[in-house]
Amino acid sequence: MADKVLKAKMKMSTHEALWGYTFITPWILGMIFFVGGPIIASFVLAFFDWDLISPAKFVGLKNFAFMFTRDPRFLKSLWNTIYFTIFSVPLGIVGSVIVALLMNQKWKTVRGLRTIYYLPSVTAGVASSIIWMMIFNPDFGLINSGLALLGIQGPKWLSSELWAKPAFIIMSLWGVGGNMIIYLAGLQGIPRQLYEAAEIDGAGMWDKFKFITIPMLTPIIFFNLILSIVGSFQVFTQAYVMTGGQGSPADSTLFYVLYLYQVAFKFHKMGYAAALALILFVIILVCTMLQFRFAGGWVHYEGELKK
Amino acid sequence: METTAAKSASFWASKKRQETIVNIFLYILAWVGAIIFLVPLIWMIVASLKTNTDVFLITLPIPPHWENYVKAWAPEGLGETFTTYSLNTIFITVVAIIGVLFSSTLVAYGFARFKFPGRDVLFLIMISTMMVPAQVTMIPTFVLFKYLGWLDSFKPLLVPTFFGGGAFNIFLIRQFFMTIPYELDDAAKIDGCNFFQILYIILLPLVKPALATVAIFSFVYNWNDFMNPLIYINSSSKYTLALGLQTFTTMYGSNYSSMMAASTIVLLPILAVFFFGQRYFIEGVATSGLKG
Repeated sequence: MADKVLKAKMKMSTHEALWGYTFITPWILGMIFFVGGPIIASFVLAFFDWDLISPAKFVGLKNFAFMFTRDPRFLKSLWNTIYFTIFSVPLGIVGSVIVALLMNQKWKTVRGLRTIYYLPSVTAGVASSIIWMMIFNPDFGLINSGLALLGIQGPKWLSSELWAKPAFIIMSLWGVGGNMIIYLAGLQGIPRQLYEAAEIDGAGMWDKFKFITIPMLTPIIFFNLILSIVGSFQVFTQAYVMTGGQGSPADSTLFYVLYLYQVAFKFHKMGYAAALALILFVIILVCTMLQFRFAGGWVHYEGELKK
Repeated sequence: METTAAKSASFWASKKRQETIVNIFLYILAWVGAIIFLVPLIWMIVASLKTNTDVFLITLPIPPHWENYVKAWAPEGLGETFTTYSLNTIFITVVAIIGVLFSSTLVAYGFARFKFPGRDVLFLIMISTMMVPAQVTMIPTFVLFKYLGWLDSFKPLLVPTFFGGGAFNIFLIRQFFMTIPYELDDAAKIDGCNFFQILYIILLPLVKPALATVAIFSFVYNWNDFMNPLIYINSSSKYTLALGLQTFTTMYGSNYSSMMAASTIVLLPILAVFFFGQRYFIEGVATSGLKG
């Protein structure tokens, strides 16, 4: 009723606009309370010292000074996370693309194959971490047993400072199926005429791949790259479960978010944790902006960006 | 006149032949990879049915030790059983799915069917929140919930789902809405429908696949979620399966067969949902993850 009265009293476009805002209100509220507000609060909290019980103490830049000069665990956790990202993201993308290419073939059993490759990414979490803990068991795990058959003595994996991170990287590759679907959809979106035209010009399999498939995939690879990097910087559950929250051995698997968690919830230093969170935000922001900046050099758009 | 050697050389060199060989090679490669990918899960199930002493041997689980599951379900010394964990997790997951479906459809409708100043900017902001790591907002959000007195309850996990339900979900549903011709909305308006009626009677039934995808992804996310329950839940009576499973490993870490049984218990519903709803996983991701 009121709506009809409103309608009569104002222009169609204003009426529409008001309703538009009404419908997106849940999101706007969510942004204010759970996203925008917290980000600003993080920014402020980073300049305080606070253990949630005594009142917060303003300490200016002390948190940041400590972080960069006297906190070896900060640098270690940052390095661990960068190490993990540098390996798992490119390997993951290459793996996903390869699997997608395989899943794009015209075999009868390809549907079953797709299911199998995608399945592991659905199990991510505590259960999958436990399975991999068993697989990486230094004495009896699948991997070392397999290596033993070849006469190689496998490393101590999760108990070894050197091999713990590679173990996590290997584990992350089990999830390539997740991104595979995205690339598969991309591959299926490449117009067949391009390939046919190339064949007429005498292109072989490799040429078609290099000059059509890859360039047409670059927009997808680009966004996948950004989201993958953001994701890999957030490594937490596996590290927590597989090292009991410690980041052992010797902090070699103390990933950034695991460290942040410890600072906030074990050591109760909320201000410092907020500072860490802020640094994480800045790093991701810079990474993302750099990627956008250099996108023009390798991302190939077909000329039409829908807007 | 060709010699036999030349004839067979051209036989092998023909493009068709090369492509067939490559094809067969790729097929074998794909299946080898698939088997490798399945090994961890098969291992989990096999190990869960063995006694702890043979758990690492390459033997079949015969006779199958189903009692591992019974023991894992109600572990000694833990205080809670998997019944508690399951009920908690089911509750959280169901409510979260409702919250997400409810709010993301409303918001997607607003972005898809209405023109208002700042719409495109707001949409862009929404998309960019997908690139913000959750940890950046984690601390202040925790403090917020602490002051609301919501710690050690399910509220921090559930309430945010009613406020937008996630940028990915909004984006997905909006894309689906945009494939529906405007004429349907117009026809409904002429018939006297208000905006809510258009949404619920006309549009939603037409985007059921997208809704199924959102529901399924929410299910998997909430069922597996570890970090959020870890931060917000303290009483073991409120633990979710993920938390319960992790606690289980700290107590039974060396009893591998029990751990595998417990893991299987936790994964079974996901595997079931996955097998029956495969289509929605694969098509849902495909429609959204593209040109951005």
